[in-house]
Amino acid sequence: MRFGIIQFPGSNCDQDAYHALADVLGQPTRYIWHKDTTLGDVDCVVVPGGFSYGDYLRTGAIARFSPAMKAVIEHAKSGGLVIGICNGFQILCEAHLLPGALIRNRGLKFICEYIHVRVETTDSPFTNACRKGQVLRIPIAHGEGSYFAEPWVIEQLKRDDRILLRYCAKDGEITDVSNPNGSLDDIAGICNEARNVFGLMPHPERASEKLLGSEDGRLIFESILRHAKTKRHETVDVS
Amino acid sequence: MKAKIIIMPKKTVLDPQGKTVKHALESMGFECIKDVRVGKFMEIELEGGDKAEFQKKIDEACHKLLSNPVIEEYTFEISH
Repeated sequence: MRFGIIQFPGSNCDQDAYHALADVLGQPTRYIWHKDTTLGDVDCVVVPGGFSYGDYLRTGAIARFSPAMKAVIEHAKSGGLVIGICNGFQILCEAHLLPGALIRNRGLKFICEYIHVRVETTDSPFTNACRKGQVLRIPIAHGEGSYFAEPWVIEQLKRDDRILLRYCAKDGEITDVSNPNGSLDDIAGICNEARNVFGLMPHPERASEKLLGSEDGRLIFESILRHAKTKRHETVDVS
Repeated sequence: MKAKIIIMPKKTVLDPQGKTVKHALESMGFECIKDVRVGKFMEIELEGGDKAEFQKKIDEACHKLLSNPVIEEYTFEISH
């Protein structure tokens, strides 16, 4: 599975993503500069966390128009996998690859801490290695992570099983107190209609090694690898 | 000519900044505050066109980049 990590001026989680994918998971991984007009040979694009373009105007608003993002949109339209983490999720929403928007945390404070998310569905290239209802302990670090969308959009996400992760308590219960930022419906991560684009506010790349505190985030990357394996068997099986 | 643009969060969007400002005003003794919402103001200096053209262009700029229609509304005026 070839991963390509976009680097914008202000991205700061690109190297953590590279380490998780190349060093921990041993996958061919490369960086893609924001000015590049082509992605090269890449199966899964990672739009990393950080403060692209200083969050000027609105977070992700300017990154969305970069040449690399134009290529990412084409890649997504042709079915390629895209995962947007934190600022990446914000960029994917601004680029309309995902619905809704991420707004300022309801408590107004930047929150940097471990939280728990519950896997709501395993029917995706990003959560198929998890169990439905599984609780993952992953860190968040954001000031604008509150997911907002019109009620009819939230209904559609629920109907189509496109909410992949919800903030929860340690035991998996969804409570207001375990929602760190006020996200509607406790949404921590969603996918698009075609299920090939995933956006999440927590940082799985910071929870991929036991030594660093949690390995739970690794399951998301392992899901991507598992998805690739399944696809290969489907296309190669000429029996 | 100048375009003066005001971008405000939609009424359906939670505005914790606005709430915080409201509480601060109330704690300063202002008793008449019903609600506060915080937005953005932009000024764009324009050249090489007429008012009608600029209206169209600024509307497009507001819709495509300057505001996020999911969470914001905008109004603008073009004057000398």
